[in-house]
Amino acid sequence: MRELTHLQSLESEAIHVMREVAAELERPVLLFSGGKDSIVLLRLAEKAFRPGRFPFPLMHVDTGHNFPEVIEFRDRRVDEIGERLIVASVQDSIDAGRAVEETGPRASRNRLQTVTLLDAIAEHGFDAAFGGARRDEERARAKERVFSFRDDFGGWDPRNQRPELWNIYNGRIRRGENVRVFPLSNWTELDVWQYIQEEELEIPSIYLAHERDVFERDGMLYAVSDYLERLPDETGFNTSVRYRTVGDMSCTGAVESTAGDLDAVVAEIAATRVTERGETRADDRVSEAAMEDRKVAGYF
Amino acid sequence: MTPLPTIEVTSLRLATAGSVDDGKSTLIGRLLYDSKAVLVDQLEQVEEASRRRHGEGAVDLSLLTDGLRAEREQGITIDVAYRYFATPRRRFILADTPGHEQYTRNMVTGASTADLAIVLVDARKGVLEQTKRHAHLSSLLGIRHVVVAVNKMDLVGWDEDVFDGIVRDFHAFVDGLELDIVYIPLSAKEGDNVVTLSERMPWYAGPALLDHLETVDVASDRNLIDLRFPVQWVIRPGGDGPDHDYRGYAGQIAAGVVRPGDEVLVLPAGKRTTVSAIDSFDGPLDEAFAPMSVTLRLADEIDITRGDLICRPDDAPTLSREFEADLCWMTDAPAVAGGRYAIKHATHAARAVVDEIEWAIDVHTLERDETATQLGLNDIGRVHLRTSHPLAFDDYGRSRGTGAFILIDEATNDTVAAGMIRE
Repeated sequence: MRELTHLQSLESEAIHVMREVAAELERPVLLFSGGKDSIVLLRLAEKAFRPGRFPFPLMHVDTGHNFPEVIEFRDRRVDEIGERLIVASVQDSIDAGRAVEETGPRASRNRLQTVTLLDAIAEHGFDAAFGGARRDEERARAKERVFSFRDDFGGWDPRNQRPELWNIYNGRIRRGENVRVFPLSNWTELDVWQYIQEEELEIPSIYLAHERDVFERDGMLYAVSDYLERLPDETGFNTSVRYRTVGDMSCTGAVESTAGDLDAVVAEIAATRVTERGETRADDRVSEAAMEDRKVAGYF
Repeated sequence: MTPLPTIEVTSLRLATAGSVDDGKSTLIGRLLYDSKAVLVDQLEQVEEASRRRHGEGAVDLSLLTDGLRAEREQGITIDVAYRYFATPRRRFILADTPGHEQYTRNMVTGASTADLAIVLVDARKGVLEQTKRHAHLSSLLGIRHVVVAVNKMDLVGWDEDVFDGIVRDFHAFVDGLELDIVYIPLSAKEGDNVVTLSERMPWYAGPALLDHLETVDVASDRNLIDLRFPVQWVIRPGGDGPDHDYRGYAGQIAAGVVRPGDEVLVLPAGKRTTVSAIDSFDGPLDEAFAPMSVTLRLADEIDITRGDLICRPDDAPTLSREFEADLCWMTDAPAVAGGRYAIKHATHAARAVVDEIEWAIDVHTLERDETATQLGLNDIGRVHLRTSHPLAFDDYGRSRGTGAFILIDEATNDTVAAGMIRE
């Protein structure tokens, strides 16, 4: 029977989206953090453009507070595929006075990334940025188009989105505007993991269970690190954890797990009863509409 | 615990349509909840919101699908929202579209990628104008499978006669439309016939909704006969490496099947050649079919660019600068004769002018108004279009990928119409 599996049809759709962007936009960029979603994006770009080179560079918005294992992985992966990586640094934005470091035990550089991202987009003249966001992540994202248009300030207007019909994307923009493109829009967390499994993609070691010094805050486990100030009653302990998402160390929590290989991780994800952002991202816990607010302000 | 879905499962894309009060959000919430796609933290949010809004008591499942704060505040749905759920047999991608009249554009957006539509009917109210409009839109967009979900059966005493009356009314209306229709009596609020068969409607012999969604055959809807390959991107590595002379034509197959050795025709140039190889990142393929994204290599050096179409010499689409099409108009400024737009058809961009508005469909009666001189926001009508360059197209009903197009306002860059070519 000539019928694609679920993952094959998602893959074909994403490749189509990437080629449309390459064909219709002048200066795209692919946001690559070393996280699982962007690892999948990178493989899809290989599928879309090899044996040619990628018609765009890669870019990482580096908070300076990332997990060292992830940065090491990022650089090695970029080396292997032989494409160009631009690192946009939040520290540089702070040093230049463009962003102000938060202080205190709950300080995070997560919000500051928006400044660095928008500055880098302007500096390099990018008119399209591929991101790994998925609609199943969060309810504001459930309403976002595959091509998400941003005004001169990077802002998203949820009530004024272009209708998106069939697989015909309208990539026309004015100077100064840009579009965020999400080829994984229709993928779920489980799809991403199963694709990584099927494609045998390497992932940063922190996605698999490992021993780590952590402390508990608001029901989440955070890595003991120089980047996160602890309150007096927050004592560290060592346990076996893995990460479901990879972001800034100051806002990304770990889950207790002994899943030491990909099969075990996929089995845990399939059985999980908590969303990945609810379980491991403090940035979404701020308010019921936290993501909606950040996207309107120009977040990824 | 949910059994681990295997990688081999297929997927179904569906769209829902219903009015604000038909219980659409509750039905979707029920599907997500009963198929265990709702996770603990989402449920906690909904329980908390239900308490705030309704006091202690039952959980309001409709709150699961409320996306944006603006909507929660106003209790409405603004835009198409996409939901994902899975059973061991299938993965589902659901486009949840608001049903009120002014949001036809959202319904069309959601329905354009769907294999199946669920049309909700309130058992107490029966078939309304809006129900007919949803069925009509589904048919217009070429959705072959429609489920008429007769909801709120609990409020009519699970009465078979009420259900039969609605089936008769709906059937009379859709007579003549090419639709595969399944009628299911249910209660989204109570869960009857959504995931499990109801004991309170023993007179109903059909499947529960989820059971139908898991088993309905949509694979045979795809056109695997007429090869249509719109060239999307030309891969030319150049440089000094081993791929110096490589030239591949990348794209997503819109219809049909292709194999190495096939003789093909390239439009609009009209040149013939042979497929020498089908490439993918994972290696050469013996065969590729819609909707795969692949790269074709051809035996002869022909000048081929994005927007060209590869087909079989004995089964070519129409190549013309003029055609008839149904438009769904999506912007405030109306379509009038003489209006000029950018058109995007498959991977081909050109300019188009509306020569004539032939009729508008009255959204209330679904009758043709042949005196219409314009199409306003959310209107649907038949037009005659002329393009700056020839397009290689098919009737939309035969091949969605080469029968669909969008019109773009060149001043604002907004997508102003969804178009379906009628031959």
